[in-house]
Amino acid sequence: MSLAATQNSSAAMNTSTEAFVRFENVQKSYDGEILVVKDLNLDIPEGEFLTMLGPSGSGKTTSLMMLAGFEPATHGEIYLGGQSINNVPPNKRGIGMVFQNYALFPHMTVAENLAFPLMVRKLGKAEIEAKVQRALEMVELPQMGGRRPAQLSGGQQQRVAVARALVFDPKLILMDEPLGALDKQLREQMQYEIKHIHENLGVTVVYVTHDQSEALTMSDRIAVFEDGVIQQLSTPDDLYERPMNSFVAQFIGENNKLHGRLTNEKDGICTVELDDGSKLKAAAVNVGGAGERTTLSLRPERIEIDPSANQVDNTITGEILELIYLGDHIRTRMNVAGNTEFIVKVPNNAGNKPLAEGAKVKVGWKAEDCRALDPLEV
Amino acid sequence: MTDVAMSAPTNHAPLIAADGVPLKLKLARTTRRMKWRAFLLTVPLVLFLLIAFVMPIGEMLYRSMHNPTGSNVMPQFSVAIQDWDGEGLPSEEIFKIFVEDMTAAKKNREVGKTIGNLATRVNYEIPGSRSLFTRTARKTKNIKEGPYKEALLALDQKWENPVLWRTLQRVSKDYTLAFYLAATDRKYAENGDIVSADPLYQIYLPILFKTIWMSALITLFCFIIAYPVSYLLSTLPLRTSNLLMILVLLPFWTSLLVRTSAWIAMLQTQGVINNIMVYLGVITDESRIQMIYNLTGTIIAMVHILLPFMILPLYSVMKTIPPTYMRAARSMGASGTYSFIKVYFPQTIPGIAAGTLLVFILAIGYYITPALVGGSDGLLISNLIADHIKKTLNWSLGAALGTILLVVVLVFYWIYNKLVGVDNLKFG
Repeated sequence: MSLAATQNSSAAMNTSTEAFVRFENVQKSYDGEILVVKDLNLDIPEGEFLTMLGPSGSGKTTSLMMLAGFEPATHGEIYLGGQSINNVPPNKRGIGMVFQNYALFPHMTVAENLAFPLMVRKLGKAEIEAKVQRALEMVELPQMGGRRPAQLSGGQQQRVAVARALVFDPKLILMDEPLGALDKQLREQMQYEIKHIHENLGVTVVYVTHDQSEALTMSDRIAVFEDGVIQQLSTPDDLYERPMNSFVAQFIGENNKLHGRLTNEKDGICTVELDDGSKLKAAAVNVGGAGERTTLSLRPERIEIDPSANQVDNTITGEILELIYLGDHIRTRMNVAGNTEFIVKVPNNAGNKPLAEGAKVKVGWKAEDCRALDPLEV
Repeated sequence: MTDVAMSAPTNHAPLIAADGVPLKLKLARTTRRMKWRAFLLTVPLVLFLLIAFVMPIGEMLYRSMHNPTGSNVMPQFSVAIQDWDGEGLPSEEIFKIFVEDMTAAKKNREVGKTIGNLATRVNYEIPGSRSLFTRTARKTKNIKEGPYKEALLALDQKWENPVLWRTLQRVSKDYTLAFYLAATDRKYAENGDIVSADPLYQIYLPILFKTIWMSALITLFCFIIAYPVSYLLSTLPLRTSNLLMILVLLPFWTSLLVRTSAWIAMLQTQGVINNIMVYLGVITDESRIQMIYNLTGTIIAMVHILLPFMILPLYSVMKTIPPTYMRAARSMGASGTYSFIKVYFPQTIPGIAAGTLLVFILAIGYYITPALVGGSDGLLISNLIADHIKKTLNWSLGAALGTILLVVVLVFYWIYNKLVGVDNLKFG
């Protein structure tokens, strides 16, 4: 009811009518000394699947809890449907939530768990039964209504938790690391199922995780949190292919780092002199002036071994330290310019020359695949 | 069990190990040593319990039905009187044995076999009859020859009363329900029927009911006080909750007597609380409130003493309830109160059950505190039991009362088991 009210009045508000959820200059501190969330600004349009991704302690869960209403914002405003919800208690926000350990009530059956938000809303008995049954069918557990949560497997509990967050038709669902307790195979399966539920229902989802592959699989957009600040907010492919700083580059996907000093920059392409003296061309993304230090970021699958000279902008000689056979590709650890953790993924093609540990080979890559970012000293 | 070769698993034939021995037998052999060791570890406790707990209690329970005073004091008479049909007076033969036994008993100085023991025993049945026995016993040695009946009646006309003889016949039996009847305010009527005791002597059942009722009240007060405290303890950060927990446990580390005496100092009419109220003008000096040596004092002191037994199980259960349950309920639209009633409270029931059972059972048998602060009003059944064991020395009645108390506790335990289920109890 409160949600409907906020939506009706949203047109009258002068704040953004685009953003369904909006964080405006939000800060949060627990102890008055450390800011856990520093000046958070984030707009989430209706129907989006947005993931807050980051290591533990980065402020992502705190942001989610502020949106849910379990933690008050120390400063700033949070809007839902155009209306400030800072002073709205959690039970009046109309937000569905899936918790890390599901928080299914152990003393109630699955059906009673699902009926709980409907009972609170004082729906009729027949309507509650119909909705509960529909929700159970949505998560493919139509026969499980009479069981207790403890009698279900982890994956089934997870589905019930999702169904319970959806059963009262909220416009916004929050998920706090909901797949953290599942094994890998089940986790991947549930990723797709949650994604499909989102697509079918069109609800807005704010999803918190520290698992980058989960974020890449499911999200429309990802906000990468670190140190209480959003480091980058973009689509999964953008985030992987065009990281804007060294933290994002190394947090998302695998990444080779080369440290050096900027010598010159022209038309977005810069020349970097590595610490061992070799010079490389790279895309200037996040660099200072000439002479300042920078870290080059390079994805392992963009590196070629023995490249033909006209196809790459950079070539450098490296020594193969270790070969790991992974079927579809051979993971090659090399020493390149003093970095002994330099990884190259060599596709397992028929025509490839066999590699040998200890051999010195040339590796090369295009300047645009190598991004010069803020210096990250080891 | 890696060395065990599996034979083809059928439903009927037992599995056989590689050397042909049945698998079950093999398994039992390998675990026998472990079982023996586990048993040996408990032997000291088992012996201690057997000697210090099971045997004395068994003996007391036995004593509530078995009272051999009659046959101890008058061995021949107690056998002979059983043949009497209860009509009129016993035969001359029985009178002769009675006089002889009594003369012999008079000389007996052995504990439990004197004429005084028998007199006391009969006095339980016929109040006021004690002196008849001691008086008669002094003179029976003068009766040298028959007729014994006339001689005895000449000593005291009261021996003409058939009720006395019927009582003697009952008392001469080693096994009797008389003490259970007395403990439930009933008695054998003159004709042997079971009837209610005189209203003046009806004290045990009212006190038993009062004990149950007061234990329930004390349990309720403990619950009302302990629940919020336990909730606070379980939600506070560890450092603060540890400090509070020490305050909760502090009474455990103080002597029970000291704590009870402290309540006397606090609650008596010239005590701290009354003084403060007079000083503040809440009451006048003349109308000081009597808060101790009555029911109020017993309840206050016992609630204080038993409170930790309620807090600890509640705390241990609440500690295991993650705050996300309440958050989940709130996120689904439930108000704080509704979430508490529907989500939090039901999950604390195992702790509530354990705490209330513990406090109730402790309260129902409590002795020292009511004895010190209860006055005459606040006495409980255990004080009466102690009285019979220590003062009146009617051990059989004390044992019967104790047995009834034990049965009451077991009945409550059974009801609890039906309501909550003992597997659901969580003591810590």
